Amino acid sequence: MAEVVAVIASTHHPFYYRASTSTGDERPPFADEWVAKIERFRETLTRARPDVLVMVGSDHFHQLWLDNMPQFLVGKAPFYDGNFYNEEREFGLPRMLLDGHQELSGHILRQGLDAGFDLAFSEELRIDHSITCPVITLRPEADLPIVPVYTNIFAPPLPQPKRFVQLGRAIREIVESWPSDQRVAIIGTGHLSLELGGPRQFGEHGPDPEFDRKAVDWIANGDLEGCLSEVSLESLHAPGNATHGFMDFMLMMGVAGENAKADHVDSLDLFHTMEAYFTWYPNGAPA
Amino acid sequence: MSKYLVDKFLYTIDRDPELVERYRDDPRGTVEWWEAEQAGSILNCVRAETTTWLKFEPGEREALATHDYPRLFELGAHPFLTLTLFIAMFERDHEPLGFQKEYARRLGHFQLPYPDYAT
Repeated sequence: MAEVVAVIASTHHPFYYRASTSTGDERPPFADEWVAKIERFRETLTRARPDVLVMVGSDHFHQLWLDNMPQFLVGKAPFYDGNFYNEEREFGLPRMLLDGHQELSGHILRQGLDAGFDLAFSEELRIDHSITCPVITLRPEADLPIVPVYTNIFAPPLPQPKRFVQLGRAIREIVESWPSDQRVAIIGTGHLSLELGGPRQFGEHGPDPEFDRKAVDWIANGDLEGCLSEVSLESLHAPGNATHGFMDFMLMMGVAGENAKADHVDSLDLFHTMEAYFTWYPNGAPA
Repeated sequence: MSKYLVDKFLYTIDRDPELVERYRDDPRGTVEWWEAEQAGSILNCVRAETTTWLKFEPGEREALATHDYPRLFELGAHPFLTLTLFIAMFERDHEPLGFQKEYARRLGHFQLPYPDYAT
């Protein structure tokens, strides 16, 4: 059976690419520290020697729209073009092309449906920065096939937080049941507190540092019970109007497992958001 | 009733560089053209299958025609769509992050709970 060699959760800041590649006067003062943290984080994936990446993200109204919005969607295409015109425009992100892994996509779909998740699928999914950013930070060679899993954290009505956790648990079990000798890393990105298009955006810190502190503790300690006891669809508006992206972190906590302590925990307080990086090694840290 | 259409306008303009410039330069004309010619287009259907019933409320039409993003927020337009499109149109006129901070300042009178942006 396939082996889950790493479980990784992080934020996906679209400005990282521009900040890390800029030089001279264009380079922001926090870039060097940010790059150093990302390179340490990247090594946690490199050491796991994955063959394929299952990547959890969320379309930001680039392809999926309110005329036909899936709650959970699995890509099953042979290739994925990456990034959109308005992401190039706003963040300077490059166009990318990644290989898909149709066999694993098909396995996740079949087993996921049988496990009670009415998953949508797409034969022609273009991925956005929620998936290309972790490729840029964690595997800039972009040389591994991927299976994208998209969640709706954006267009109400949203699934409940516990459903994200349940799907994460299911994805872990389904990948481990895949009759293959491939080494799989499961990577997902979301947000801590975040405000976009509201009065609390782009401040000196994230809009709710107290929520961020608690959230990092929940994730680092696999404290699903504590997290689920405090988080609801309604409460997630309070830390910032885009904080529902935190549910993708909750999905990854489901993948990692109840009370699973992360092997790598790091964060960076940027001017308007808290970056956070977590890695678990389900079978022990690689040598 | 037509909050969906406001979001559809923001979404379809934001993804097309020519329409971003057209809306920046001629907001009222772009809104009138879009409502007459584009509002009914179903994105995954051919033109012959357009919907026939979508239209803006007067306040929505006016807010879009005047680039009034605080009013769009108040009406429940999706804040991500509004922010992204308005950054595309007006960030160039400000120092780095200047537009985003001005945007927040102009919305400073809103308190939680914010207007519901579900369509």
